[in-house]
Amino acid sequence: MAASAMQAPAPTARIAAGAGMSIALAGSGGSGVMTAGTLLLDAAARAGLYGLMVRTSGPQIRGGEAAALLRLSPQPTQSLDDGFDLLLAIDWQNVNRFADEIPLKPGALLIGDSDEGEAPEVFKAGGARQFGFPLKKMAKAIPGSWINMLALGLSGALAGLPAQALEAALTGSWKRGDAALQANLAALRRGIEAAAGIESPRRLELGAGARTKRWNVSGNEAAGYGAIRGGVRFVAAYPITPATEMLEWMAPALIKVGGSLLQAEDELASVNMIIGASFGGVPSLTATAGPGLALMTEGIGLAVSAEVPIVVVDVMRGGPSTGIPAKSEQSDLSFAVGGLHGDAPRLVVAPTSIGDCLSATQWAVELAEALQTAAIVLSDQFMGQSRAIIDPPDDAAGSARRETAAAGAPDYKRYRDTPSGVSPMAIPGTPGVTYTADGLEHTEAGVPSSQARDHRVQLDKRERKLALHDYGARWADIEGKGATAVITFGSASGPVREAVLRAAAQGVAVRLIALRLLAPLQAQHLAAALEGVQQVLVVEQNHGAQLYRYLRSMIDLPGRKASFHRPGPLPLRPGEVASWIVEQASALEGVST
Amino acid sequence: MNDIAPPVALTAANYKSGTKPIWCPGCGDFTVLNAVTKALALVQRPPHEVAVVSGIGCSSRIPAYTSCYGFHGVHGRSLAAATGLKVARPDLTVLVAGGDGDGYSIGGNHFLHACRRNVDLTYIVMDNHVYGMTKGQASPTTEPDWDNKLSPGGTGVRSFHPLVIALASGANFVARAFAGDQNTTAEIIAQGIRHPGFSFIEILSPCITFRPEQREWKHHVHAAAVEATDDAARAARRIMTDDGFNIGVLYAGNRTPYPAHAASDAQSTRNAVAALETEFQL
Repeated sequence: MAASAMQAPAPTARIAAGAGMSIALAGSGGSGVMTAGTLLLDAAARAGLYGLMVRTSGPQIRGGEAAALLRLSPQPTQSLDDGFDLLLAIDWQNVNRFADEIPLKPGALLIGDSDEGEAPEVFKAGGARQFGFPLKKMAKAIPGSWINMLALGLSGALAGLPAQALEAALTGSWKRGDAALQANLAALRRGIEAAAGIESPRRLELGAGARTKRWNVSGNEAAGYGAIRGGVRFVAAYPITPATEMLEWMAPALIKVGGSLLQAEDELASVNMIIGASFGGVPSLTATAGPGLALMTEGIGLAVSAEVPIVVVDVMRGGPSTGIPAKSEQSDLSFAVGGLHGDAPRLVVAPTSIGDCLSATQWAVELAEALQTAAIVLSDQFMGQSRAIIDPPDDAAGSARRETAAAGAPDYKRYRDTPSGVSPMAIPGTPGVTYTADGLEHTEAGVPSSQARDHRVQLDKRERKLALHDYGARWADIEGKGATAVITFGSASGPVREAVLRAAAQGVAVRLIALRLLAPLQAQHLAAALEGVQQVLVVEQNHGAQLYRYLRSMIDLPGRKASFHRPGPLPLRPGEVASWIVEQASALEGVST
Repeated sequence: MNDIAPPVALTAANYKSGTKPIWCPGCGDFTVLNAVTKALALVQRPPHEVAVVSGIGCSSRIPAYTSCYGFHGVHGRSLAAATGLKVARPDLTVLVAGGDGDGYSIGGNHFLHACRRNVDLTYIVMDNHVYGMTKGQASPTTEPDWDNKLSPGGTGVRSFHPLVIALASGANFVARAFAGDQNTTAEIIAQGIRHPGFSFIEILSPCITFRPEQREWKHHVHAAAVEATDDAARAARRIMTDDGFNIGVLYAGNRTPYPAHAASDAQSTRNAVAALETEFQL
């Protein structure tokens, strides 16, 4: 019996223990929890740990509630855990709004300012151990110090980080005067002292060795660097949450590599600007979120029709419409794979981790250039705005390049119907091969045509060049073996990968397929990867089971099928996905016996 | 169009592709095409170093009628495409061409920002106060009482003054031309190309198919009485108070153009790309 797509259950209170230590630092805006979280991550890296820091905040520009959600671990970590071992709140003002985002593990520590009232009931319900310190007074007692440095000392000491790693993180990032640094170092030490009497629920095994090779990077920075590695030298874009940091990172970086970034008046302009620049031979990119992608679709269709390579990075957020701007969701998939008018084959690539934001974006640039079409990169807020300590990402540099026309090439036709579907592109400035790029249907020479034959030839050409390209092994990450296969994509790959490991620990062997190339879907490769599988589970973070429906429309998935899909903004938790996988595996046994 | 070895002096004919325009007989755009090719001959840049960028509409078909590189994009976005092209490839001469609907209605926002950004482009609008390709609807420059099927009795909406808006938005060169006077139009376009920054040239280009009364424009136009000014306030007063048929360069400013993309050599680029990695290394 094949299960139909069904809504995933709400996250339960059932919390399994994942690796590492999970720490939430919360407070009202301006309390400095993001700075404290960033320094805690940096200190953990200095102590030889891997880590992840996810940012979450209320809608206010300044002064709203904010939380830094960290997971520190001796092993590489791409997912938040099911719950937190420590919640440290600088104040409790509106922190209760994070109740769903900060579930506490049994026996977790709950630390707040003893002068600021009781912790909200919702955090106490699970039996957390509570401790209070007069944080404000303690900070005041050290003139010139900040309260968040007390929080850094407390949380760092409870995580078992050495004092020198915490001090080095603070000193290394310090940009002000020495007197204030000394005051804050004193506050940091005061926080470490305060932690002395508290028994931590976790002890992190501090690593050593190859840590100096590791990176501290956000998904947005990684995507920006991947674009530059791929050859992008022109960016036009309009500010939008949560893509802006990618653009802000790229603006000075592009100047260093002989490129430039231009702030456009809107997304209609930005996509057409990059098409213009790429028509001029310069690999070009824009980055946006769902609302911007919606505005860009006509331009993306132009890039497809006129065969101008462009890359559009969509850092997905909650939708539709303005949706939930600062929080993550994988709900632009259907739109990315299907949302252009006309028959418009395009590339859709999704990074499977923060580090892969670099490799996947670099690969997307190469594919767009080689295939002279539009590539959409589906990142999301979770990867984009989170910072992680990772091993250096894979350099995706390949050999494919934009094929250009030589000066005076005889009988040059820009849209020649070649066997591969790719036709050499004349770059302005090249004599003897001038042509007009056109979004009108055209003949091989580029002359507008409304004739059936020309339309058919060009539609076939544009489809063929994507279909015939050899994408190599990069189309998906395939791990493990089992009667059950789990297919996922994008940032869901992190929690799903961890869930698969947990299921394996419970005796359920699973084959994981994290798709990187979503369009054109590699149906034959996927069918081969599913060979012998008796059931296919699809996991994604959106309300409409978009990946599940897409796969079912494109390929005859073998055996029993089931879908786990939940909208953002709550991240998928490895524990809930693992439980679901185990349940589905028993259901399969029920079917087969 | 074998332009590998250009003749010593390029003539207007060198800039024509020979493709037969789709325009109606008597369309003003034919003479604008002649004026554009004459202007390019005056400037003497070989066709392969020139790009003509357009959007959608009758006049936006112009790129393919030249022997230059052409870009015929989507409706209203010609200025955006041309901006990207010129910023990324400052070595090219980039002309942008289109109509009043393309430039002032669907592309209106880009018009404002292209003027204020002041990228070194020459923007030619063939203004006929009507949507021709969709067969006769009101554009932003159409008179409010012009009767048409989509707006019976007229739109009742006042018409748009592109020259004043260009000036107020920061265009560095503002001119009005008339399609019927090919030589003057060619001179003005050549001046616009030579002038640094964003040059805006509004060309009155009659559509005798949907606006036969525009045949009379040839009797209304007259040369501007005074030379171009670099004083925006004076230019604004002149443009606001003239009769709409004042032909010539009305404003030539001296704002610094938008900076071009400064490409570096391959080796230093490779080093710079590799160096970016150190930002992330622990």
